[in-house]
Amino acid sequence: MIARAARSGWLFWGSLFAATWLLSTYSFQLYKALDARWIVRYPKAWEMPLEDHISAFLDWLVESAGFYFFSFRDLTRAISALIEAPYQVLRNLLVEGFSSGVGDAAVQIAPALSWIAVIVTIMAIGHYARDWFLSVLVGACFLYLAVFGQWESAMVTLASVLISVPIGVVGGLFLGILAYRVSWFERMLRPVLDLMQTVPVFAYLVPILILFGFGPVAALVATVIYAMPPMVRITIVALNSVPTEVIEAGRMAGCRNRQMMWKVLVPSAVPTLMVGVNQVIMLTLNMVIIASMIGAGGLGFDVLSSLRRLDIGGGIEAGLGIVVMAIALDRASQAFAERSARHPLDGNLLQRHPWSGTVFLVIASTLILGQFVPAVQTYPDTLTITTGPFWSNTMEWINVNFFDTFEAIKTVILQWLLLPVKKFFAGIPWAWGIIATALIAWRVGGWKIGLLAALLMTFIAASGLWPKAMVTIYLCGVSVLIATIIGIPLGIWAAESPRAGRVILGLMDTLQTLPSFVYLIPVVMLFRVGDFSAMIAVILYALAPAVRYAAHGLKEVPPPLIEAGLMSGCTKRQLLWRIKLPLATPHLFLGLNQTIMLALSMLVITALVGTRDLGQEVYIALTKANAGQGIVAGLSVAFIAIITDRIINALAAGQRERLGV
Amino acid sequence: MKRVSLALSAMLAVTPALAAESSDPIKLTLHDWSGQLITTKLMGEILKEAGYNVEYVQADYIAQFAGLKTGDLHVAMEIWETTGREAMDEAFATGNVVNLGETGLQAIEEWWYPAYMKERCPGLPNWEALKDCAEEFSTPETAPFGRYLGGPVTWGGFDEERVEALGLDFEVVHAGTDAALFAELEAAYQRQDPIILWVYAPHWAPAKYDGEFVEFPPFSPECYADPSVGVNPDAAYDCGKPRGPIWKVSWAGVGDKWPGAKKAIENFDLSNADYGAMVTEVDLNGKSVEDTVAAWMADNKDTWSGWIAK
Repeated sequence: MIARAARSGWLFWGSLFAATWLLSTYSFQLYKALDARWIVRYPKAWEMPLEDHISAFLDWLVESAGFYFFSFRDLTRAISALIEAPYQVLRNLLVEGFSSGVGDAAVQIAPALSWIAVIVTIMAIGHYARDWFLSVLVGACFLYLAVFGQWESAMVTLASVLISVPIGVVGGLFLGILAYRVSWFERMLRPVLDLMQTVPVFAYLVPILILFGFGPVAALVATVIYAMPPMVRITIVALNSVPTEVIEAGRMAGCRNRQMMWKVLVPSAVPTLMVGVNQVIMLTLNMVIIASMIGAGGLGFDVLSSLRRLDIGGGIEAGLGIVVMAIALDRASQAFAERSARHPLDGNLLQRHPWSGTVFLVIASTLILGQFVPAVQTYPDTLTITTGPFWSNTMEWINVNFFDTFEAIKTVILQWLLLPVKKFFAGIPWAWGIIATALIAWRVGGWKIGLLAALLMTFIAASGLWPKAMVTIYLCGVSVLIATIIGIPLGIWAAESPRAGRVILGLMDTLQTLPSFVYLIPVVMLFRVGDFSAMIAVILYALAPAVRYAAHGLKEVPPPLIEAGLMSGCTKRQLLWRIKLPLATPHLFLGLNQTIMLALSMLVITALVGTRDLGQEVYIALTKANAGQGIVAGLSVAFIAIITDRIINALAAGQRERLGV
Repeated sequence: MKRVSLALSAMLAVTPALAAESSDPIKLTLHDWSGQLITTKLMGEILKEAGYNVEYVQADYIAQFAGLKTGDLHVAMEIWETTGREAMDEAFATGNVVNLGETGLQAIEEWWYPAYMKERCPGLPNWEALKDCAEEFSTPETAPFGRYLGGPVTWGGFDEERVEALGLDFEVVHAGTDAALFAELEAAYQRQDPIILWVYAPHWAPAKYDGEFVEFPPFSPECYADPSVGVNPDAAYDCGKPRGPIWKVSWAGVGDKWPGAKKAIENFDLSNADYGAMVTEVDLNGKSVEDTVAAWMADNKDTWSGWIAK
């Protein structure tokens, strides 16, 4: 009887929801009736003093931990010097120019590359990688930076990207290879990667600053930590999916292990590996804003300081600067991956290397000419344009004319959606919250995941962060719901009509690389400080994966199945609802998963407009330089992410099994 | 242009780095508000004139204390009494960070309203007027209570306590950052909508928008500590916020390594008026920080050469 009840899904979910709802609604009365305050508030006495332990451990690590001859900090400082050296060279090359001596005594040896030289170089790379079209595209992207007066900042950002992307890619590749070869290493690495991706960056900024010193290097290290995990994951997947025939062929040719890896496995995995490179570039550029808070400077700093003086146009221009740089770097790296080997050209040195020759000539001639004509060296200020006033005026016009409409919409959504959901989650007694999460996880994914969920949720409660965790879940939950409702139809549209698809997916790329801070401030102007503004910002940021995975999932439906549908006389609508969508559900789940991850990672940013969730806790810890508090709150965010990830993966796996794909 | 002037100053560098002192660069921290960039660049340029090598490092306002303690960073030009007290005390206690005195700037933090609100709430700026017209400041979420937009929770300020103690029918809503704070002010000002919020000076906002600070009963330490003091005999915080200086803070080793530079930093003294004028130039008139600083230095040569003379 019980077994049957447990098997019948409706009964299980229905009774679970009913119990939660009852407890949530009447928890306060329950507490009063039983005089048991612990029902609604986790008792202070049971809290773990984890924050203090972590802070103390970090203090020890920084101040006294050591190996025989050197301290831990010497080690991190040595790494920091190792990164700083090439970074400084790039900065000299792109921004400051080379000089000897320090400060006023410095004598300039050579100026930085002129803007013309950089643009020609990048165009040459574009043409070398693919064709004239790409060359013009990347050239135009960089020209934007010059024309909008962002050259110097952009070059600072470019220098840090050119350091952190290779470290992320190569480091990720090696970790991935190691994990592929050694299975216990992979098992150990997996949870670490989960944490690297889900603990908000703000949470570990303070320890990184202490260990790696203030300045750009700390920012580079934080960027690499954030951007590397996808590369590791994709390397593992890519190596595992190399066809066995290829490996067999390698073995027959007598490859040794090392040759097998570098001559056979890695080259045949390159197309997939490039997806990882793309992710590293995108995530690196995502970090530009946060990195600028701790000393990276560049475009991120321009965005921040523009918005601090409410120069919305300036913020948008600098933000778009980051977007165009992402586009240029991404397209160029993709082209390199797809580039097929060409025949070497004949002729003399210059004829054989037309592009290297041109680039060399341009660099040399602008170097000399730049000494006499400053405009060649530095893009002249008088020729820069700005759209700042346009944006400010548009914003003012919208604000003055449409505020009341927005206010009305906002009030309705607040009253009917946000507040009831908030009340529901906030009311759930912590003990039941843990049990319910464990039950859901167990039901969907088996007892192991159930146990994991119970442990992680207990950690959150025991850190005294339960109420903030509930606000987090409510805010993310509502945002993800709305993002999915908007995103999946957009994704379907993009898949059905290629022309709409290009526009929609391009828009999504922009939304993801445009620093969220840029649209956060206009959102606050229109919707005031509060949960609603936070929700809009989260939706805007987390929309992209919902759209992208839906579009991808529909395109991946095997053509024979569609043929079969057409043969049996499906209408277009039936084809979509009966065949394409059900078959795309695993992809839709993946998209949902990513939407949730992005929503959670956006939390720290929404704390900047004043939410009272875990993101705020992390942000408070950062501004107070309390490393322990930051890490505990960061872990709590990560744990919520990990539980949802496991549950959704289990759902997707179940669905895949049912579909037999 | 900048490069040319740099090259020129390199050639004309007749004042070599003071022989006895280190030629290592003195690292000054930059944060993300213009005023701080101005004071820091001003100090940096003056130190350069005195023959020191100077490096500017971007650092977070509070997180920088970790660097000041270890000597990674050397000088922070603006630590506000109102927001930095806790961090300063903690850092001074370690003995690795020292106070180099006041910048001459006085920080004001208080409830602030745009001038057009005076028509709707006639008794202002006296705080008692807020008792009767709280509803003028309400929004759908807070009605019938007035909505007061406070600073980020990390700024403290005891506004919830103040509202309680003074019996004001206001709900305190916290902005997450000051960018969000002023974004709301800008939007409300454009629409001439009611708003009352936390504004601080010196800042560009009081210069750009026409308005006033609310006049609460003046702050005293006793008012915060002792419930019986003040208008409400049963509650503390029944008064305005403290005002206080903005401090200059440095790594303790600065005095040994660059004794002259330490003196120059200690001598640095700027008035709210000069500072306000420079902030307005940068934030409202779109001038660059460097040009603004150079202009001030050209106009006030006697002042700053006095700072580096001894």
